[in-house]
Amino acid sequence: MNVAAFNSANLNSGQKVAVKYFAVAMILFLAQCLFGLLAGLQFIMPDFLYNILDFNVNRMVHINAMVVWMLYGFIGSVYWLVEEESGTELVGAKLANLNFWILTIAVAIVVVVYLFVQTGPGTKETLWLINEGREYIEAPRWADIGIVVCVLIFFYNVAATFMKGKWSGISGVLVLDLVALAGLYLAGMFYTTNISVDQYWWWWVIHLWVEATWEVLVGCIMAWGLMKTLGARRKIVTTWLYIEVALMFGSGILGLGHHYFWIGTPEYWLSIGGFFSALEPIPLVAMVVHAVYDSGRHNFRNSNHPALAWLIAHAFGNFFGAGVWGFMHTLPQINLYTHGTQWSASHGHLAFFGAYATIIIAMIYIAVQKWRGDVWMSADLPDNGWKWKWSLGLLNLGVVGMTVALLISGYEQSFVERALGGSTWAAYFSAQATPWFMQGMHWRMLFGVMTMIGVVLLLWDLVTIGKGETRPAIDPTIAAATA
Amino acid sequence: MADTPWWASEDVWRKWAIWVTAIMAVVLIFLTFDSVATITAGSKRVPGYDVINKRIYYTYNAERNMQEPVIGGDAPLFGKALSPQEAEDLVTLGKLTVQAKNCMNCHTLLGNGAYYAPDLTKAWLDPAWGAESVREQLMVSFLMDPTANARTYGTGRRMPQLGITEDEARGVVAFLKWMSSIDTNGFPKGFTPIRQEDAS
Repeated sequence: MNVAAFNSANLNSGQKVAVKYFAVAMILFLAQCLFGLLAGLQFIMPDFLYNILDFNVNRMVHINAMVVWMLYGFIGSVYWLVEEESGTELVGAKLANLNFWILTIAVAIVVVVYLFVQTGPGTKETLWLINEGREYIEAPRWADIGIVVCVLIFFYNVAATFMKGKWSGISGVLVLDLVALAGLYLAGMFYTTNISVDQYWWWWVIHLWVEATWEVLVGCIMAWGLMKTLGARRKIVTTWLYIEVALMFGSGILGLGHHYFWIGTPEYWLSIGGFFSALEPIPLVAMVVHAVYDSGRHNFRNSNHPALAWLIAHAFGNFFGAGVWGFMHTLPQINLYTHGTQWSASHGHLAFFGAYATIIIAMIYIAVQKWRGDVWMSADLPDNGWKWKWSLGLLNLGVVGMTVALLISGYEQSFVERALGGSTWAAYFSAQATPWFMQGMHWRMLFGVMTMIGVVLLLWDLVTIGKGETRPAIDPTIAAATA
Repeated sequence: MADTPWWASEDVWRKWAIWVTAIMAVVLIFLTFDSVATITAGSKRVPGYDVINKRIYYTYNAERNMQEPVIGGDAPLFGKALSPQEAEDLVTLGKLTVQAKNCMNCHTLLGNGAYYAPDLTKAWLDPAWGAESVREQLMVSFLMDPTANARTYGTGRRMPQLGITEDEARGVVAFLKWMSSIDTNGFPKGFTPIRQEDAS
């Protein structure tokens, strides 16, 4: 067996598609960080690339690369586990492959248009062909339709494979969640002049993705990942998954109301949104307890150290980033001062990284291990596994550093602009120009560079870890039995 | 496990997951019908597009403990009263331009977007335009040539040249005027509007 190189013979047909999605996801992760650095630099050097590659373009690519790489990571993760979980072959392997290439070419065209065309005249044709101009879902309408078609093909492939093979608690939740995830995207695919109605439905997509259906999707991945790396028992992880679904949808669906405080919607959302979104951290606590308890229960004996470390990073990152940082400004009494300030940027950085980037990276480590021939990835790696440890440390420290820096700037902004200044443009700019706000921007840049180094190291590790390894992986079920 | 208590069993939690999700989804759908009706253009909270023919200003409502928009007498935009359809067409051109020029990835609208440039929710009422009598033209000039008309307030940040035509600029101003009439439950906090020359 050739264990020195990636060998696709080690993979089933779903996993062969999955690794392609993972590869593109990691390239887009790099692009996300690169454009984040450019946008961050423009806070410090406003003339940098002025009228060439302006902040709005860099920021759009920064957040779109993130959304797309995470979707690629999720699709890859589902393709990775579908055959093992269903006990049968993927029904449409060729279709999945074709789908991957169509989607990837479409993404490449969208990015080229973003960078080189950027904007268009104020017509519907611009929204169809160049840019829809709505944060996070800027993709032009032709791409929206393409995304829906590709997601439907993906959904068909996954659901039909489970129907042909066997169902489980994880696959049942997963498939129902994918229906909701795909269906919700349709809520963002229309034009309206009424900005209140526009943002009402826009939040259906954004919130019900990232604070509901994405969370449940990563709950499924977490359940599967703990079985895979620790040998956790299926009954335990499935029960936890149901608990998480009940708590997540129980709080997150009406937690949507915290986006309806100030967009023209009725005042009852102040109470409903404030109450239910305040409950949103509870399922995230459950996920931390679940992951840490299972790990401790198995004495941390596991088949893949980097993957388990990233799963634990996910549990804590999700709790702090999405839970604590979200809770801090979710009540309307506070949000009135913080909404639309750097507070949101602070929350966004830690939440997206902690909840989603981490667990996708964990899945990619699981994939790399098998791609290498199911080799050893536990203790005593060559060079003491310094690359994965340093990239884990740099990425987590970098993102936490950016989060704290942005929070300080956000505090400054909400005090000076909102509490003192009367929320005018002059108040906005006076807040932006305060030394403490700008110090936050400089620190964010420093930690952004640290994050970037972490990404580069991560990519280096992903293509080298396990190379030349001859020891077989620990069987987590045997490890669990002897624990 | 035979000794698993009923409340910790997989079966019980599966039922909880299904019922809680279903109930919350039904409540959200019910509230959505109510909310969308409440924010249709022409409602009390979100005025019709022909509100751009009227004077819009801001007052403090002690009962609600927040500021709210008030619609005053005639004050047609660019000196010409528009029919409801003409007003909607102009605001639509503005909204399309706001999307096509990707304004939301620097500015916030109703507080949503990016944080590189100021919030546009009450841009029409902002004191930065000096006086009510000159703001329309100042806004159009600024949008058409933001480099030459830049005011950075010490931050050095300038709006880029986006190739906005005069028609598009007028549309954007109409859109901003209409947006300023939306009742946003007091957001942004404590907003100080432009000096009201003849508030009535």
